[in-house]
Amino acid sequence: MDLNLFWFALLGILLAGYAILDGFDLGVGILHLFVRKDEERRIFMNSIGPIWDGNEVWLVTFGGAMFAAFPDVYATVFSGFYTAFMLLLFALIFRAVSMEFRSKRPAAGWRHFWDGSFAAGSTLATFLFGVAVGNAMQGMPIGPDKEFQGTTMDLLRPYPLLVGMLAVATFAMHGANFLHLKTEGDLQKRVHHWQWRCFGIFLVLYLFTTAYTLVEIPLATRNFGRHPWVWLVVLLNFLAIANIPRAIFQGRGTYAFVSSCATIAALTFFVGVALFPELVHSSLNPAWSLDAYNAASSQKTLGIMRNIAFMGLPFVLTYSAAIFWVFRGKVKLGKFSY
Amino acid sequence: MELDLLALSRLQFALTIMFHYLFPPLTIGLGGLMVSLEYLFLRTKDQEYEMAAKFWTRIFAVNFAMGVATGIVMEFQFGTNWATYSRFVGDVFGSALAAEGIFAFFLESGFLAVVVFGWDRVKPGTHFFATCMVAMGAVFSSIWIVVANSWQQTPAGFKLVSHNGVMRAEITDFWAMLFNPSSVHRLAHVLIGCYILAAFFVMSISAYYLLKNRHVNFARKSFTSALVLGTVMSLLALVQGDVQTRKVATTQPAKLAAMEAHFETGTNGSPLHLFGLPDETEGRVKYGIAIPRLLSFMVHGNLREPVHGLDKISRENWPPVAATFYSFHVMVGLGMLFIVMTLVASFYRWRGTLWHKRWLLWGFVLAIPLPYIANQVGWVTAEVGRQPWIVYGLLRTKDALSKSVTAEQTLTSIILFGIIYALLFAVWLYVLNDKIHHGPDPAQPHAETPAGSLADVAGLRAGAGGASLTMPGDAADSEKPH
Repeated sequence: MDLNLFWFALLGILLAGYAILDGFDLGVGILHLFVRKDEERRIFMNSIGPIWDGNEVWLVTFGGAMFAAFPDVYATVFSGFYTAFMLLLFALIFRAVSMEFRSKRPAAGWRHFWDGSFAAGSTLATFLFGVAVGNAMQGMPIGPDKEFQGTTMDLLRPYPLLVGMLAVATFAMHGANFLHLKTEGDLQKRVHHWQWRCFGIFLVLYLFTTAYTLVEIPLATRNFGRHPWVWLVVLLNFLAIANIPRAIFQGRGTYAFVSSCATIAALTFFVGVALFPELVHSSLNPAWSLDAYNAASSQKTLGIMRNIAFMGLPFVLTYSAAIFWVFRGKVKLGKFSY
Repeated sequence: MELDLLALSRLQFALTIMFHYLFPPLTIGLGGLMVSLEYLFLRTKDQEYEMAAKFWTRIFAVNFAMGVATGIVMEFQFGTNWATYSRFVGDVFGSALAAEGIFAFFLESGFLAVVVFGWDRVKPGTHFFATCMVAMGAVFSSIWIVVANSWQQTPAGFKLVSHNGVMRAEITDFWAMLFNPSSVHRLAHVLIGCYILAAFFVMSISAYYLLKNRHVNFARKSFTSALVLGTVMSLLALVQGDVQTRKVATTQPAKLAAMEAHFETGTNGSPLHLFGLPDETEGRVKYGIAIPRLLSFMVHGNLREPVHGLDKISRENWPPVAATFYSFHVMVGLGMLFIVMTLVASFYRWRGTLWHKRWLLWGFVLAIPLPYIANQVGWVTAEVGRQPWIVYGLLRTKDALSKSVTAEQTLTSIILFGIIYALLFAVWLYVLNDKIHHGPDPAQPHAETPAGSLADVAGLRAGAGGASLTMPGDAADSEKPH
């Protein structure tokens, strides 16, 4: 594997890591307003309290790695999606500070405001991620100068909007699976109901999106013929999805959660397979697409960064796992909670 | 009305970076203080230290969250508003950014969870280790970002390569890029600025408690340790700042000339302006008070050799002189004030009369905005003084914009940032104020409760039904389950 493909793969891993980890944080946010009691809302926020921040670093690192490894992709996508990225930033800001501020004051109005902004921020951010993925799959109007040539409205086509909704449904389901692990008693029972509902909505949207993709998005399947082993992931994806209702039915929270993690990983993988070796597909002329070679940094930079990644990542993964272990188990509200 | 994309993009960058930079200096500075307080607690088992560490950790957490929320904007903004710049520098910044993400951000945000939420989940030694990692992560992140910024000031270790007619910088020597001529100096200066800010922050709050006669032991301990840090760092800033200014004279002569509003090179020793109103069109300083030959002495170490003035630089390469001059002079003036304040306070502390000097304590309470201003105007000097270049000598700011972003889009986002940041700033002050009024929690003799876990459960039960969960957070902190 050459350096360009290594960084293409690593970006995919970072994206999958982000989607899995922050996915349940965002999912908890999407579901936040569905509980009404103050104590329950605190349990929700504190279920992700210690870890959401570290999870969001995966996005920061993904963005940094994209800037570093594929500066043209970073520049084109971020400036082309200007308004969408600004909305995403505002959503992420509100989600972050809502958690920090919400429980600092007892007043009901104060808490309702931050509850609302937490849920809205989480939902909007998830939706925009989905829209971005949908646009990547459908291709974007990229000119010969590697610049985006459309307007913001070009990004709001039916397919990206559909993927946006699928993203919200996926993360909501993932969040419900996570909350099942972190809650107990009556609250857990209600979460168990939500797991079913979220799974149902997810399944409908997933099937619909898949059908739409197969019919309307030629990009999605072009690599399947060339690399037949990809079908193995398709099979794993079906098994993971099928395992979710089974695990929910048996009340085995960990299995349900692991299955939704696997589902998200597989979906991210499919996006990577669809694009490979491109990162941004030009809908104007395929020759103008940005790929892992024409949009990349020099071999020297890619090599230095690979060494940095090899040096740092083992530590990151080790202590991240250790920190997750420290905060395992049911949420207990205490004096250090939000 | 014709909107100017360049002006708007710069305004947005200034707004978002200045707002963001309210938070990192305190994160970096307080990190060091938390490490020392927790170390003292582990060594002495003195509960006051634990109490202090917990109090400052909570302030740290609020501050950190704001830093994260506003920091992600900065990372995105290179791409959204400065796409051409991103294409130009990506190859060089790449390694610095990758290192920042992997070595710094993961470290601080991961271990912060343990530091903030893990007091009763891990052993004290492990907690201390986590605090060290957070403090280290905060310093690491400053290293990489200052290196990247310094490369923009004094590019090194690269070559210019053309791809289909588009120029970009590509790295040739990683270590030369890392240790470019200004990075070490500037990093030292940035860190000193952070420690001064954190010291004044702690002294301000502690002085307030002392004046109100609350948490007196805690406040005295905090004030004294911050005073030591503040005094050392304020003095160091003077020495280091002098070295750095001399460096700027050789690496970025236009910036130095603008900082000092030094318009004419002349043939003899150059004067140093203490005050004055620089006038770019007339090319002179109005109403100025200048010390003859001092600038030559500071730059060259003699009284005769003239310092390069703006007349040696072609007009289109001048930075905005007035903004650079004022911001630099405000920073230096504040730096001098910090030295005076900390030396006077240290003197009284040594004499043992500091706690009775109410005027001086009030001075420290009210001084809290000053180190923030000093940090901000220092960066204004650095960034405005680099203009009209975004990468010094290589890429002009006006050529670095995004091609697919319009002025209208940028104006809209500025307005939204303005509203949102104003709201956040108000809320942040409110929450901070609340925490300060609440003060540190009294130390708990946790060694004496063998039935600690039982008490915890009982406390939680009581909380679940009673008032403490409807008034959690700080309000609940005052009622101790133990």
